Amino acid sequence: MIKITDITKTYGSGDTAFQALKGVSFTIEDGEFIAIMGPSGSGKSTLMHMLGCLDTPTTGTYFLDAKDVSTLTDEELADIRRLHIGFVFQSFNLLPRTTVMRNVMLPLVYAGVNEGERETRSVEALLAAGMTESHFSHMSNQLSGGQIQRVAIARALVNNPSLILADEPTGNLDTKTGEIVLGTFQKLNKEHGRTIILITHEHDVAEYAERIITLRDGVIVSDSKSHAQRYAKHYEI
Amino acid sequence: MKFNDITHETYTALMANKVRSGLTILGIVIGISSVIAMVSIGTGASNSISSSIESLGSNLIQISPGAEQMRGFGATSGRGNAKTLTNDDAKAIALEVPGVKAVDSQVSSRYQITAKGTNTNTSVTGVTANYPQIRNIEVAEGSFISDTQNNSALRVAVLGPTTRDDLFGENTYVIGKSIRINKLEFKVIGVTVAKGGTGFQNQDDIIYIPVRSAQQYLSGDQYLTTIAVQASTSEMMTEVQADITALLLDRHKIKDPTQADFSVLNQNDILSTASSVTSTLTYLLAAIGGISLLVGGIGIMNMMLTTVTERTREIGLRKAIGARKSDISTQFLIEAVALTLIGGIIGIALGWLISYIVNLTGLLTTSVSLSSVFLAFGVSAVTGIVFGYYPARRAASLSPIDALRYE
Repeated sequence: MIKITDITKTYGSGDTAFQALKGVSFTIEDGEFIAIMGPSGSGKSTLMHMLGCLDTPTTGTYFLDAKDVSTLTDEELADIRRLHIGFVFQSFNLLPRTTVMRNVMLPLVYAGVNEGERETRSVEALLAAGMTESHFSHMSNQLSGGQIQRVAIARALVNNPSLILADEPTGNLDTKTGEIVLGTFQKLNKEHGRTIILITHEHDVAEYAERIITLRDGVIVSDSKSHAQRYAKHYEI
Repeated sequence: MKFNDITHETYTALMANKVRSGLTILGIVIGISSVIAMVSIGTGASNSISSSIESLGSNLIQISPGAEQMRGFGATSGRGNAKTLTNDDAKAIALEVPGVKAVDSQVSSRYQITAKGTNTNTSVTGVTANYPQIRNIEVAEGSFISDTQNNSALRVAVLGPTTRDDLFGENTYVIGKSIRINKLEFKVIGVTVAKGGTGFQNQDDIIYIPVRSAQQYLSGDQYLTTIAVQASTSEMMTEVQADITALLLDRHKIKDPTQADFSVLNQNDILSTASSVTSTLTYLLAAIGGISLLVGGIGIMNMMLTTVTERTREIGLRKAIGARKSDISTQFLIEAVALTLIGGIIGIALGWLISYIVNLTGLLTTSVSLSSVFLAFGVSAVTGIVFGYYPARRAASLSPIDALRYE
């Protein structure tokens, strides 16, 4: 469960100070699929950095699995990221000149998991993300855009995180490939019960989620269920 | 991260840019190999100088006329033309100084030598029968000068092999032939074994005659140019040297030792002077190698800084998926250390090879000391850590957000 209360984030100080988040609060239950929307400059990237423990808020609290992570040090944040959070970025998701398998294993390498278990868990994650075994030994630069994102999803899954954060995961993909990737997220949410937060500025993409939080100028302007019909329609496909 | 993982990451990273890694390694290879080769050449030079000094004889003390000079290079300098040493001085040393094994009085000068139409200019040294023992000379053909020949001041000569070759042609049998020294005829009675031309004088290009003959026919007075003394043991050399100095001061009626009209040189002094010179030379050579090693180290730092900049987004990604600061800094530090260690190993091999090739040319007998190998290896590891530390720290301290956004 995620609970953030009155989060603010201020960059700079004095006259040049800029408040990217002006008091944001919400609660996300385990197993939810949420989209965070908003135009650029709305603070959604800043919010994503907070949720992903890449940054700490200026004020406010953030509880991840009943643990207050808003006051942790850099090293403690790294531990949280390694154990509780999986990331999928818009671009530069995979290490270059490295096999698919090795890329997926990386979080387990940093977590000190032994080699046999790494392999088993990586294979499971790759299969869950819809990759086929023939691609496991490919180099990351031999993959298509859609495959790269699915490998990134597999990597986000592999450490069994409480939260998967996807930052514009379809931003670099064509519509059709984007649908496949989003379908993968939906499947993980429905069938594996993963908590997924999707950051996007596209309505179409956001509609894959069950709940949409919209930000504007650092505050939440709406927090509602997505259109069930459209959701259902996409889910049937 | 586990050891295997670090190795894996390092290998991937270094192989990603083979040319750049190769050139950086080359810098270290040049540094390390020059340190090893230079030190081995320096050591070789030092050994060859020591052995040529030792070939002058063992436990040798040389007394030369003239004021005490600065301890210089070898026994032949600083003698001057002063005439202060006499046959009686030599006799007194032999009789009165304890611990003396043998004494040889010498008169040495250069003369024009002729033999059957050929001529040469070489050193003619009047010696006693003790000379071969004191100076490690062996006779190849015939015999050396005997006490009887010396006492009766016979005009006989023993040739060095080079002089023999110059006068009569190579490897000619010359016993019984005659040569003219300063227009006086001398009969050749022996030829010495070649000792090689290394050192301060060519001990093969020389003519030995009885010292009394030299005084009677060539110099025309009773003075000596050198008294060579062999001490019984090397431990006694300092004592014998002091006793000789005291004896001669007394005989020459000089009260102030600084006003002595002779100088006593101990072979150990010459050795230590020479070895201090050669070790300075070795340090100099090592310093030159060290500078190339430093340049190589800066090359590593340069490459690592470039790598950190190039891989900023990769570092961001690694941090986002949970890499600790220490994981990142270890990775980059190990990359730098791996570069220097590979360079160090190749450099040691190359330095060894250079030293071996110098050996093959026969100019010097070089020797690669284990300590210089350890030193070079240690220095290369330290270089890697020192020059890798800053880039590694820079990589580790990047904020993951900035690193991910880096274009």
